[in-house]
Amino acid sequence: MRLVILDNYDLASEWAAKYICNRIIQFKPGQDRYFTLGLPTGSTPLGCYKKLIEYHKNGDLSFKYVKTFNMDEYVGLPRNHPESYHSYMWNNFFKHIDIDPNNAHILDGNAADLQAECDAFEKKIKEAGGIDLFVGGIGPDGHIAFNEPGSSLVSRTRLKTLAMDTILASAKYFDGDLSKVPTMALTVGVGTVMDAREVMLMVFQVMILITGAHKAFALYKAIEEGVNHMWTVSAFQQHPRTIFVCDEDATLELRVKTVKYFKVHHPRCSPLTSITHVKIVEKNVPDEQTG
Amino acid sequence: MRGGEGPSRAPVLQFTNCRLLRGGRLLREDLWVREGRILDPEKLFFDERRLADRQQDCGGCILAPGFIDVQINGGFGVDFSLATEDVGSGVALVARKILSHGVTAFCPTLVTSPPEVYHKVLPQIPVKRGGPHGAGVLGVHLEGPFISRQKRGAHPEAYVRSFEANAFHDVLATYGSLDNVCILTLAPELDRSHEVIQELTARGIRVSLGHSVADLRTAENAMQSGATFITHLFNAMLPFHHRDPGIVGLLTSDQVPPGRHIFYGMIADGIHTNPAALRIAHRAHPQGLVLVTDAVPALGLGNGRHTLGQQVVEVDGLSAYVAGTKTLCGSIAPMDTCVRHFLQTTGCSVESALESASLHPAQLLGLEKHKGSLDFGADADFVVLDDALHVQATYISGERVWQAEVAGQ
Repeated sequence: MRLVILDNYDLASEWAAKYICNRIIQFKPGQDRYFTLGLPTGSTPLGCYKKLIEYHKNGDLSFKYVKTFNMDEYVGLPRNHPESYHSYMWNNFFKHIDIDPNNAHILDGNAADLQAECDAFEKKIKEAGGIDLFVGGIGPDGHIAFNEPGSSLVSRTRLKTLAMDTILASAKYFDGDLSKVPTMALTVGVGTVMDAREVMLMVFQVMILITGAHKAFALYKAIEEGVNHMWTVSAFQQHPRTIFVCDEDATLELRVKTVKYFKVHHPRCSPLTSITHVKIVEKNVPDEQTG
Repeated sequence: MRGGEGPSRAPVLQFTNCRLLRGGRLLREDLWVREGRILDPEKLFFDERRLADRQQDCGGCILAPGFIDVQINGGFGVDFSLATEDVGSGVALVARKILSHGVTAFCPTLVTSPPEVYHKVLPQIPVKRGGPHGAGVLGVHLEGPFISRQKRGAHPEAYVRSFEANAFHDVLATYGSLDNVCILTLAPELDRSHEVIQELTARGIRVSLGHSVADLRTAENAMQSGATFITHLFNAMLPFHHRDPGIVGLLTSDQVPPGRHIFYGMIADGIHTNPAALRIAHRAHPQGLVLVTDAVPALGLGNGRHTLGQQVVEVDGLSAYVAGTKTLCGSIAPMDTCVRHFLQTTGCSVESALESASLHPAQLLGLEKHKGSLDFGADADFVVLDDALHVQATYISGERVWQAEVAGQ
């Protein structure tokens, strides 16, 4: 595991975006060789998406040969509802880039047969050759996607009923009316994300909404305690290639020793890409490292 | 239209690098067009899994719904009230020329005239879609002859009349046919106006109050009978009085039927209305303000003498008078000039100024689903403007129908 700690939300977003950008460029995607990316929604990745769009508009990054798979989607919410994850991805990402619509996969929460939809999604991932980099966040209860406490650590894409905490937290996006919040969602499983060749988890927050401290306890449980299905993100201790990107506040519940250990190993720059991409590669782009 | 099966294979255009007027705000969004209508790109992406076939960079400009002029008497030497054998050509000429003013749809206006003129002219001005040939004709605006003699303004006295004898029958007899008519201005104090207004409203014609000495009570009754518009507010009506605001009082009247509000035309050419009066009206009721040109045939021509209806007018700069008098008889300021002047004078937002020339006239005519906005499904009639609201290009049904000359080309 790598733990990358940045001072604040903006820097963390930029670091994460650069990492994704460099991974794609280094991969040299093309007609017969697509880069597959797993994507999250929510307030955390917004800054990262903005940066990726910026790199695209600068001409540094193309999504022409990138396939994306989103983690989850509400069940029963009309696709064009402003709070659906389809709307989120369109407004915050897809409409600003050059991705082929056929390569942007999001679970359909209005499918006639929801389990079949989930199975088909797993199949699509397989047909795409698996996921090269799965980007996600963690919830305050340590969940990844909608794999809430108690979810199997080997679970696959399936239908989940949302925990009361999640519904309460989401109410603000539905005019504060609990009855309007969806109660079920389709989500990739812990096992699905574990299958990815690399995983990057973003643990940082915009200050005005809520500080990173909100996630700090979950991060502590995820990396300093044991693997436990009550904190599903802890499963990634057993993944060969995971990075946690954090802001200072997210580390508040960690041992000082842990933080110091990772800060000492804070990556220096060793460009992953060729000279033409030097301008987007700055000091804190990581070098090849596993474990 | 096909039976609705399967997506259209028609090309999709994407206008990028622009700010759209949408939902009353200027948003940094791209405009997507297909088959002459504005398209929802999110549906295109997720349902049809398609990207645009062609992109057009708008250079950071503002894209606003095309302007709609509901009161224009002619222009470029053409007089809509002149009964010739080929009125159609005159309308077509004006329709083509006003594209450069950002106008994509208009209502050719006929001033007070004798019945022979209406009988000859009206059938020659059918409703017509806009295109590269010119702005669309939404219907005719009949301004008179059922008006107040006292407030006739530039209209010829000889042809002013009333309908007290046979109410709506008089109306039909005078005009011949109302098929191509969409707005009718009359004075509500005329006897039996209630019946006439009701009948016109029932036929889908917008009734406007103007050239009148009506008091507020009479005007309110007219509204309740169905009138929804005021012709060039302040001009050719009693001045506002604090104990009887007259027609002007409709802007803040509490007798307006629920769910409705009054629309009112304003000529913002800097001559017909004092800036302070323009601001008072705008502040009292911004949602109802409709910018009109009330342009006369001299629009687009130089200084000198020209005809309007049955009279002769004198043009001097931006002013046009009844020859030999100081009576104003219509403006010669193009619509985009009016929009800019309105913006500067009232200090309102750019969005508000643009809506006054597009959304509000569309709402007045009940066309807001397809005209006057850039909402998904609306006709792709729009105007490309720089930050100072000068027209750079005009589009109808997604096709460019006019473009400003670029220096150095």
